Amino acid sequence: MHGLLVLFRKELTDHLKSTRFLLILALLTLTSMASLYGALGSVRDAASGSGEFIFLSLFTTGGSSVPSISTFLAFLGPLAGIVMGFDCVNRERALGTLNRLTSQPIYRDAIINGKFMAGFAAIFMMVFSLGILVSAIGLLAIGLPPSAEEVLRIAAFLLFTVFYISFWLGLSILFSVLWRHAATAALAGISIWIFLSFFMSMVAGAVADMVYPTEGIEGMFHLADNYNLQLGLNRISPYYLFGEAAATILNPNVRSIGVITNSQLSGAIAGYLPFGQSLLLVWPHLVCMVALTAVCFALAYIGFMRQEIRA
Amino acid sequence: MEETIIKIEGLTKRYGSITAVDGLFLEIRRGEVFGLLGPNGAGKTTTTLMLLGLTEPTAGTAFIGGCDCTRNSLQVKKITGYLPDNVGFYPDMTGRENLRFTGRLNGLGGEALEKRIEELLKKVGMWEAADRKAGTYSRGMKQRLGIADVLMKDPQVIIMDEPTLGIDPEGMRELLGLIHRLAKEDKRTILISSHQLHQIQQICDRVGIFVKGKLIACGSINDLAVQLRSGGNYVLELEAWPCDRALERLLAGMEGVKRITQENGMLLVHSDRDCHTAVITALLTNGYDLRLLRQRGGDLDEIYSKYFEMAGEQYDGYTDKRKTFRDGIRNAVKAKIGKR
Repeated sequence: MHGLLVLFRKELTDHLKSTRFLLILALLTLTSMASLYGALGSVRDAASGSGEFIFLSLFTTGGSSVPSISTFLAFLGPLAGIVMGFDCVNRERALGTLNRLTSQPIYRDAIINGKFMAGFAAIFMMVFSLGILVSAIGLLAIGLPPSAEEVLRIAAFLLFTVFYISFWLGLSILFSVLWRHAATAALAGISIWIFLSFFMSMVAGAVADMVYPTEGIEGMFHLADNYNLQLGLNRISPYYLFGEAAATILNPNVRSIGVITNSQLSGAIAGYLPFGQSLLLVWPHLVCMVALTAVCFALAYIGFMRQEIRA
Repeated sequence: MEETIIKIEGLTKRYGSITAVDGLFLEIRRGEVFGLLGPNGAGKTTTTLMLLGLTEPTAGTAFIGGCDCTRNSLQVKKITGYLPDNVGFYPDMTGRENLRFTGRLNGLGGEALEKRIEELLKKVGMWEAADRKAGTYSRGMKQRLGIADVLMKDPQVIIMDEPTLGIDPEGMRELLGLIHRLAKEDKRTILISSHQLHQIQQICDRVGIFVKGKLIACGSINDLAVQLRSGGNYVLELEAWPCDRALERLLAGMEGVKRITQENGMLLVHSDRDCHTAVITALLTNGYDLRLLRQRGGDLDEIYSKYFEMAGEQYDGYTDKRKTFRDGIRNAVKAKIGKR
């Protein structure tokens, strides 16, 4: 237990001191500031409309050409996770510090546990300080204090972001165990990131159209199946999961995810969903993301424990 | 002094069909410097990793200080320091920070930790460079810092894997002196695995010769020499004047002499017994001027290559590596003889 703590401290120090952590933090801060600037411009229109949940719109709206903060985090979050994990095990191997480390009186799993925990802690700090920074600047700029519900929603959103980025951390740690070369591990992580973020929706659409064609009379009956399959495939990607979850949490107007028929809508009263109900909607998303992270980490753990120490 | 601290019983490691270590039995006493000698790929590193519980043996057991190396490796790692070949440090941390990290992992802290770091930095002569980033260190410096790193936990047993590799002669001398002091002054047990014979010869109490995963000979250097001689392989180096055909005939005709060969202007008398008195008498009575006479086999190079040849007869088919290694030894021996 003691060894784990020492390793955790060292890894965390390494993260916080490393240039690449500072770079990624700067990147995320700059993009957040850009979209916050855009959001502040368009928030006036929103305020003149309904006037409720204005604070949340700081996170969900962007400017005319800048995407919102939640979109940026969905895009760039994976990069942060990959950058922090892609060389954590194979670097030790390449430096020759791994066998020195494993010959110390610590359990071998303390090494990989410490690395993951430190990465998680660094991500947690990064995301929350970013969120708080954005909220603070937003508060100064618009002068409207957030309601308790808004604070809770923002905290939940930030927590989701932490888990989302942690999934990518887990994946890149897995790759750093699997491949001896840091560059290979980084490339593998980046290609999966790009595939899941940008191409998964195309693949899902194509597969769904192949399985349930929507042309002709018969196609009419397939519409629902086609959509469900496409949605299911899309939800494999953490990018999509995070997008759905973030939209639901940050926007109380979202009452359901998935298909709603006209009959379901008839008689419904337009109104906001309470926080608890929003959370209930995205609970499966959170579980799914944590599960994906756990699977990646478990594979990395097993791989690391079974690997030969010698270089 | 006589207490056994490392005990290896039938240790075996197989990787698929390849046997890296084959039924190794070995006992090392407390305070001893033991040299594990063998060519690259003989299974030395695998053995040391198994001793530390970093690799699981296929069969057999090993104990250090009474603790099972596989099942209770944490306890073993508390009393055993390991200096890997190519020891590495975190390049962004200074030498001192690297040591501090190791100290913390071993449960040290506060004043005691800082004091030990100071002490060890002085001991290995890294005092001046302690606050430089470890990434700027030369190989010799890394090796010295590696020794300080190993000593952080105050180990009873130190295992060193190729500690002399890639170090200049001056650094080597210092390193060997340091190892010697660790054994004699601090009474630590040291296991060195190496393929560099000269260095090992200077500091080891006992050596084990390790070929293809098997320990083919074990004992002090003198013991090994005696073992070799008792095998009926005596070689006498001889230089005399005038060096003519008659001299060769004279020597060949002596009792017990098997054959005469020439090497670098010297005559080598191969015999099945110790016949140096007979040779001297024969030369003097026949009016030869004796310039050099030396019994071969007392030095590790020769012991090593001899054993190696013996092992080579047992196992057929050398790999290229093995061959170049053997040739390397032969050349080293020749160069040494040539200098005399």
